[in-house]
Amino acid sequence: MNIAVAIDQIPQDELPSASEAGPAPKRIVVAYGFWIFLLSDIIMFAALFASYAVLVRSTAGGPTGAQLFNQTTVAIETACLLVSSYTCGLMSLAINSRRYLRTYLGALVTFALGATFLSLEIREFLGMIAIGAAPQRSAFLSAFFTLVGCHGLHVALGLIWLIVMMVQVAVFGFAARVQHRLLCFSLFWHALDIVWVGVFTVVYLMGVSS
Amino acid sequence: MTEARHERAPGDRPSREMQASAPSELLVYTIGLFVAVLLTATSFWAANTTLLWPGGVFLGLAVLAIAQMGIHLVFFLHITSGPESTNNVLALAFGVLIVIVVIAGTMWIVADMNTNMMMPSGAPMSMRMQH
Amino acid sequence: MNLLGKLDWNAIPLHEPIIMGATGFMVLVVVVVLGFITAKGAWLYLWREWLTSVDHKRIGAMYCILALVMMLRGFSDAIMIRSQQALAAGGAQGYLPPEHFNQIFSAHGTIMILFMAMPFVVGLMNFAVPLQLGVRDVAFPTLNSVSFWLTASGALLVNISLAVGEFSKATWWGYPPLSEMQYSPGVGVDYYLWSLQISGIGTLLAGINFVTTILKLRAPGMSYMRMPVFCWTALAANLLIVAAFPVLTATLAMLALDRYLGFHFFSLEGQGNQMLYSNLFWVWGHPEVYILILPAFGVFSEVMATFSGKPLFGYRSMVAATMTICILSFLVWLHHFFTMGASANVNGFFGVMSMIIALPTGAKVFNWLFTMYGGRVRFSVPVLWSIGFMVTFVIGGMTGVLLAVPPADFQLHNSVFLVAHFHNVAIGGVVFGVMAGYNYWFPKAFGFKLDERWGKASFWCWLVGFYVAFMPLYVLGLMGMTRRMQHYDNLSWQPWLIAAAFGTAIILVGVVCQVVQLVVSIRNREELRDVTGDPWNGRTLEWATASPPPAWNFAFQPKVAGLDAFWSSKSRAQATKDEPTPTLKYEPVEMPKNSATGFVTAFFAVVIGFALIWHIWWLAIVGVFGAFMTLLAFSFRRHNEIEVPAEEVARFVRSHQAGVAA
Repeated sequence: MNIAVAIDQIPQDELPSASEAGPAPKRIVVAYGFWIFLLSDIIMFAALFASYAVLVRSTAGGPTGAQLFNQTTVAIETACLLVSSYTCGLMSLAINSRRYLRTYLGALVTFALGATFLSLEIREFLGMIAIGAAPQRSAFLSAFFTLVGCHGLHVALGLIWLIVMMVQVAVFGFAARVQHRLLCFSLFWHALDIVWVGVFTVVYLMGVSS
Repeated sequence: MTEARHERAPGDRPSREMQASAPSELLVYTIGLFVAVLLTATSFWAANTTLLWPGGVFLGLAVLAIAQMGIHLVFFLHITSGPESTNNVLALAFGVLIVIVVIAGTMWIVADMNTNMMMPSGAPMSMRMQH
Repeated sequence: MNLLGKLDWNAIPLHEPIIMGATGFMVLVVVVVLGFITAKGAWLYLWREWLTSVDHKRIGAMYCILALVMMLRGFSDAIMIRSQQALAAGGAQGYLPPEHFNQIFSAHGTIMILFMAMPFVVGLMNFAVPLQLGVRDVAFPTLNSVSFWLTASGALLVNISLAVGEFSKATWWGYPPLSEMQYSPGVGVDYYLWSLQISGIGTLLAGINFVTTILKLRAPGMSYMRMPVFCWTALAANLLIVAAFPVLTATLAMLALDRYLGFHFFSLEGQGNQMLYSNLFWVWGHPEVYILILPAFGVFSEVMATFSGKPLFGYRSMVAATMTICILSFLVWLHHFFTMGASANVNGFFGVMSMIIALPTGAKVFNWLFTMYGGRVRFSVPVLWSIGFMVTFVIGGMTGVLLAVPPADFQLHNSVFLVAHFHNVAIGGVVFGVMAGYNYWFPKAFGFKLDERWGKASFWCWLVGFYVAFMPLYVLGLMGMTRRMQHYDNLSWQPWLIAAAFGTAIILVGVVCQVVQLVVSIRNREELRDVTGDPWNGRTLEWATASPPPAWNFAFQPKVAGLDAFWSSKSRAQATKDEPTPTLKYEPVEMPKNSATGFVTAFFAVVIGFALIWHIWWLAIVGVFGAFMTLLAFSFRRHNEIEVPAEEVARFVRSHQAGVAA
């Protein structure tokens, strides 16, 4: 019994469709896998959003969102993250054209903006805790700190990842798998900004306007 | 060996055939940033203005948020509706469906249960346990 | 600052003889196994060929071995539950105090669902999917290894809880407020939380891996509608994993925050909402049971078609039914808590959806029946399991539709009628399915078939034992018996519970037969040897390889032109057997390199879990740091592949063909 399956006659002028083209190249496989991971991460955020929506009025006699949120801080945070998404895009362009200096520069600005976002958020959290609006005060505050904190944790992990990636660019250059990982990083970073759009709209803006 | 046409990796630039007629990649990112800034500013305005009724604020913020997410997807993540992006779009649609089911379902169910838990005075159960 | 957190010598339950007996037995088994490996000098072999393997076939086998081992633990819990309930009527108190009994049924559910059924199903998918798709491995082989070892870490933590501390007494769901610190101050719920979180991450990563593999890595020519049905059910199940497990992660994290940091998601103070937990838990919980049953359905499709000698009836409708079930399974979850106080609108919607989801399953059953009809059915062991499934699962499904009617459910919710229903579908569906898959693919994995006689004996014991054990529970449920009772006063229930205990004993005989089957098969492996690689006259591509397949699966990538690719290639080979075979030019094959990343990451995961459970904060930080460094080290690895020389591939093919010709 011949192990190899016989080759069937495929007409030469018919390009096989994507579903029949055989295993996809590594870049597509890696990026698609990461895409699926991102969707799972967004579903996790959905569960946290759902909990927040359910608990937003459960203030247990403590402070409400409208009393606590500072719109200026949120605006600056939003601007930082949005521009960092843009600079991440510029960094992607630099990576595709294999330009080292622009890549490092793009990464540096993205990192700085992300770090600014994070420090503002930490300052906000510490400020709230100092006036007694800690997550242990009420279900609303538990949900707020968890949802926004989870997003912040993702940003922090993204910043660590960015540093590691720049070290890998320095060590391996623009090798194929470094490029694949950088593609995944940019997917991650843009997705974080998409989640932030949900956060600042639902938590902060809807919070202060209710 | 026939040339196989694979789909595009999510987040990747559009393939060479599309690039001739497409705007430069830098322009795409810049337009995306510009529109996103516009939508964000509008959101902040909508949340603070007195010109809209509260329900309208809510609706407006939701619409603006969804629009901005779309801008991110199209301009930053290059998610298009072409045949080379089908798997990516389908996966995204699946994710969005689950997100909607989880959030809307949870809100509907828990709100419904909360109503049934109300004391005759209308105050929720847990408020009465506060002392 | 106490260096060991809450951990001290009191954690070992020396005053509980039954637990110490079980622990002693567990330690004995571990010592015997480790001793056996040492005596055979097999540590290096084990490390190189299995523990650091990234080969989907090896990983699949390890998942199945983990599942079989944990089945013994979960089944021991079942024996204890049934014997306690058979004894503790009226004045008698049985032999298990309530605190212990609560741990047993919590452990039984947790182990059977998450550490027996899940690993078994994931293991079968691991083994068969890449082979059926005609590719060399999954999309992310090292991630696959990480997934397995994280699952094993979760199982290890559950087993450690037997010896050190206690397990959760808050059922396998962990509903607050019972699972909150106030009412469960011990470490039991923490063991539950962290073993589920850790293994949950492993499962999620496996889900991502398989969705990517099935959608992006298939042999040339294998379009979606030419994939075997098992791959379609695997796709649906893994999409559900990707969609549902993140919700579990979030829910358990919220409970952990309540317990560890005093948050108020589900607490009684601070306006927490306990119903939110139940809701979110079942948003995950319902898709979870479909994650278990869909691959089982896939196994039955493969088995029915192969042993009827006919193509599967209604391939398109099978695919449509599978994907319909996938979507619908996300729209029914409230039926797990009809009685929690939702209004008629909400209950009605989910009741109707729960009834609708029975329809595509019914379509599948008819397709299996029509596959067998008109075929020459060989009643092998996998087919027996499949026929047993069809009868048993249909009964279970019907009681499910009955429970889907909210007014009926108000009478039967959390009675033993419910227990009978879900065991009916879980044993009749999932367990029978994995047993069929185990017997079906064993020769492919290990090169020799399993003994038929002992296989048939184990099947009949399981089938009869199941009915004797669970049919009485339907009656008892209608008589009003609640589930999870350590003791009861209604003496008229006792005869039924004695009958149920007797059924458990019959199942025990079945389990023993399976152990004997394995031992006998290994002893007689030369007579049972599968020389051709195609012991069942199979239809799909995995049977085109040797048994066991080489690491690279296929010497040449198969090119597929239709459904049942192997069947058509066999027919073609028959038709052209007198023509001269073309000389084949072998090429070197690139294979992913083995890696200790999975094993080491899992080691740190156990450290993190154990440290968090016992509040040993510095150790938890060490664990996180260790896991991070492991992943970092892996990412800086320079050589990710090894090349298998063309001569080695050629040599393997030639020796296999020589064996076939002999």
